[in-house]
Amino acid sequence: MHRPFWIALSLICAAYLLFWGFMLGATATYTSPTEIWSVLISKEIRYATGLSLITCTIAAIGSLFVAVPIGYLMSRTRFWGRSMIDAALDIPIVLPPMVVGLCLLIFFQTPFGQGIEKLIPFTYTVAGVALAQFVIAAAFAIRTMRGVFDHLSARPEDVAMTLGCSRAQAVWHVTLPAARRGMFAAASVAWARSLGEFGPVLVFAGATRMKTEVLPTSVWLAWSVGELEQGVAVSLLMIALSMAVLIAIRLSGERA
Amino acid sequence: MIRLQNISWKAGAFALENVSFEVPAGSYAVLMGRTGTGKTSLIEIICGLRPPHSGQVWLNDRNVTNTPPGSRGLGFVPQDGALFPTMSVADQIGFALRIQKASPEVIVSTTKELAAEMNITHLLDRKPTGLSGGEKQRVALARALASKPAVLLLDEPLAAVDEETQSDLIQLLKRTQQQHQITVLHVTHSRREANALADLHLRLENHMVRIEPS
Repeated sequence: MHRPFWIALSLICAAYLLFWGFMLGATATYTSPTEIWSVLISKEIRYATGLSLITCTIAAIGSLFVAVPIGYLMSRTRFWGRSMIDAALDIPIVLPPMVVGLCLLIFFQTPFGQGIEKLIPFTYTVAGVALAQFVIAAAFAIRTMRGVFDHLSARPEDVAMTLGCSRAQAVWHVTLPAARRGMFAAASVAWARSLGEFGPVLVFAGATRMKTEVLPTSVWLAWSVGELEQGVAVSLLMIALSMAVLIAIRLSGERA
Repeated sequence: MIRLQNISWKAGAFALENVSFEVPAGSYAVLMGRTGTGKTSLIEIICGLRPPHSGQVWLNDRNVTNTPPGSRGLGFVPQDGALFPTMSVADQIGFALRIQKASPEVIVSTTKELAAEMNITHLLDRKPTGLSGGEKQRVALARALASKPAVLLLDEPLAAVDEETQSDLIQLLKRTQQQHQITVLHVTHSRREANALADLHLRLENHMVRIEPS
């Protein structure tokens, strides 16, 4: 009786996935495997790949350090102004990425920012790449962790407290072990977001070859000088890395 | 002994007003009342998970109103058992003793004793996933008893199990209370549970608790 309805929905879904399939297929077949390989083993791309892997990992770990406590706080507590705080936490998600980069750049020109720069230089440095990735990725990790804690009952924590735990002990012994797959998912989401982050990295850390060049920067640099094959090769590498993260998240979710 | 003196608590339109009652030491009290009258909130106030706006909570002649939950000397079994999702049954039972830094020998022997008492020895290596409702409640009960509490609070412990399991657990609760000489406050909607277990019948209605004739 409802068959036409479900067929219509399935067709929309199939058309959407087909569109994506064609896009990825066209990109994958744009150039030859030999050309792709020669680009990927070039000195510049190996540096960009290495830097991307390192900064994305730092950004993901940093994101998890803020996402777990903030996600827990927002999930378990009710306080005046909570909805405002909740909206504020989403600012990095809704702001145009370039604006985030500009905000970072301006912040590090203030006396407070300059003070930090004296300890760890961020502007136009490798540390700046990781920081630019972190500010965006953390927002996604916070949202993920909040969802994870929303789905975990607070009751086992309550019981742990009646058995002698402080609140922090109850979270440590009971809630965090139960949230470990969610933490992995949050870190993976943060890592994947960091990998694709371009705008804030470009504005705040620059696009200097063999210095602050990460994979999205490589695509942009290649494209800007008309070397489309090089851009395609790096794009395929990023697609492969993103797919690996996606599969890891799905597998961890299925085991949960 | 559990004694509540003029406990008041309010959240939105929901309120408990000057709730006072006493459960004598070693008694089995059953608290009944309609859904949404505040039975669980009252249990949480006694546990120390929710501070009352006014009034006092006494457990065994000790004013525990401002005492943290873990120092009140009570055990708590919520409706679904609320087992720790990643721990084995053995680790759940030994949890309180581990937090109190008891010796490994004491933890192992207490775990074995309670598992035998609750008839769950064969489940000691299992995780909560896949346990039946009755098995979960037995584990939750063993976990609550491990630190030898003087008071046991049960929040609808038999609500999620079938009738046959309910009968088994009623016998188990009765036996446990007598063996451990423990004061029990048991919240339920079931008249059958109340009649089978209660020395003292309490009813929560119109924001207050009154003693019902048995």
